[in-house]
Amino acid sequence: MTKATAKSPWVVHFNCNSCNGCDIEFLACLTPMYDAERFGVVHVGNPKHADVLVVTGSVNHRNRRVLKNVYDQMPSPKVVVALGVCGATGGIFADCYNVLGGADQVIPVDVLVPGCPPRPEAILDGILKGVEILARKKIDTEVVPPEKTIKIVRPEPKPEPADESAKAVS
Amino acid sequence: MSMVIPFGPQHPVLPEPIQLRLSLQEERVTSALPVLGYIHRGLEKLAEEKDFQQDAYLVERVCGICSFIHSMCYCQGIEELMDLKVPPRAQYLRVVWSELHRMHSHLLATGLLADAFGFENLFMQLWRTREHVMDAMEYTTGARIMLGSCCIGGVRKDINEEQKKFVLDKLNTVEKDLKVLLPVLLEDYSVKKRLVGIGMLDQLTARERGAVGPTARGSGLAMDHRMTGYCAYGELGFEPVVENGCDSYARTQVRAGELLQSIDLVRRALDRLPDSELKVPFKGNPPAGEVVIRAEQPRGEVFYFLKSSGKDKLDRLRVRTPTFANLSPLLAMLTGCTLPDVAVIILSVDPCVSCTER
Repeated sequence: MTKATAKSPWVVHFNCNSCNGCDIEFLACLTPMYDAERFGVVHVGNPKHADVLVVTGSVNHRNRRVLKNVYDQMPSPKVVVALGVCGATGGIFADCYNVLGGADQVIPVDVLVPGCPPRPEAILDGILKGVEILARKKIDTEVVPPEKTIKIVRPEPKPEPADESAKAVS
Repeated sequence: MSMVIPFGPQHPVLPEPIQLRLSLQEERVTSALPVLGYIHRGLEKLAEEKDFQQDAYLVERVCGICSFIHSMCYCQGIEELMDLKVPPRAQYLRVVWSELHRMHSHLLATGLLADAFGFENLFMQLWRTREHVMDAMEYTTGARIMLGSCCIGGVRKDINEEQKKFVLDKLNTVEKDLKVLLPVLLEDYSVKKRLVGIGMLDQLTARERGAVGPTARGSGLAMDHRMTGYCAYGELGFEPVVENGCDSYARTQVRAGELLQSIDLVRRALDRLPDSELKVPFKGNPPAGEVVIRAEQPRGEVFYFLKSSGKDKLDRLRVRTPTFANLSPLLAMLTGCTLPDVAVIILSVDPCVSCTER
């Protein structure tokens, strides 16, 4: 059972808050040029059949519940691969009012694939890394989720201008 | 017995989350209600906080499928506000990348449509062909999806002789592949069974409900913004592809016709590529004013409204994307269809939800 799942991971894809760039690159992975199926990767529509969840994009107020639902429906052990910078931190949209941040705000993420969008080779690599983690989860070893090294860089708020008028009075 | 079925937000045929609440009477859909907001990010507000150069990259990420045309449309708007004259070579290069984007988008859309009616082999073959277009884009700009090659005042990258030859070679390969694939898509008995007469949208409804792009052209409306001759389209001799079938099959025919037409347009544009500089410098802030600018995307006409008040940031950016215009015709098509046809009808419109919700 363990060996079989690692040899043929079934993948479900959920577009969380993505601009489509990562999604079409993920779909390109499945097609003959990159052909994820040579690693046994099968794309399924039903989360209940899947071992690996591929999330693209950040999380917003509305799809937070949907993402959690999709994740909860997957049978354990399971692995989450977040694609793109949006999946990691929110990326270019991190400052938007409706963006809560990366997918790890809602569900535990095992693999982050950087890029905007990541290249199909990188996505395949990420999924295979996820499968390695899945195989280790199968044999009940403790798997520590990766430490997030990417930080959102926000400009420091400007200091309040000194009150000129108050000075003049004093 | 009547019931309501939620179609989406996570659904095997939909690459994007959109929910359609389908009210069913036995097998027939009596009404459909779209539920939006699953990928709303708030891009329009963010655009007011970034400067003009950054916005060109930001609007590229409205949608990953027609990214170049979004940034081109935005740049055209700022150029109009500042009265910048884009050099002719840049105009032609913009046409080249726009048409390459249209080709990859149409191949993607027809592939997904084939997947929706269960013809997985055709889906795989169309996407294999699409990789040649992606290669052409990567060889000329360095990126597959987010080209980043459009900037205010012109383009950032040039196409040299070697790249031109590479693109033309790839176009020949694509054309050769399409000669094999398009007859399967358009003449196969079982494909026709799933497409002909499904998702009817007559000409009057299409006009009343404001359909755009292949949805409108499949219903006999010759509406294509490229007819106005923006960029270099006026000099390249453009004729819209129009079909009168009014069904999913006609919309697929339009896409197939446009694929071949785009190959011709890229060839012609590369052939006549004039010699000039690539961009005019963008200096200072645009003057206060408002501008409405349109461009033709693979899914139809996109509409940008830009308002500037003379500062270093935009006052307001508004995007009306083609899928938003096509949602209302889609609901008209869904009414009265059977449940198994819903997926085919949705994908025959080629929805791009991330555009719609921004």
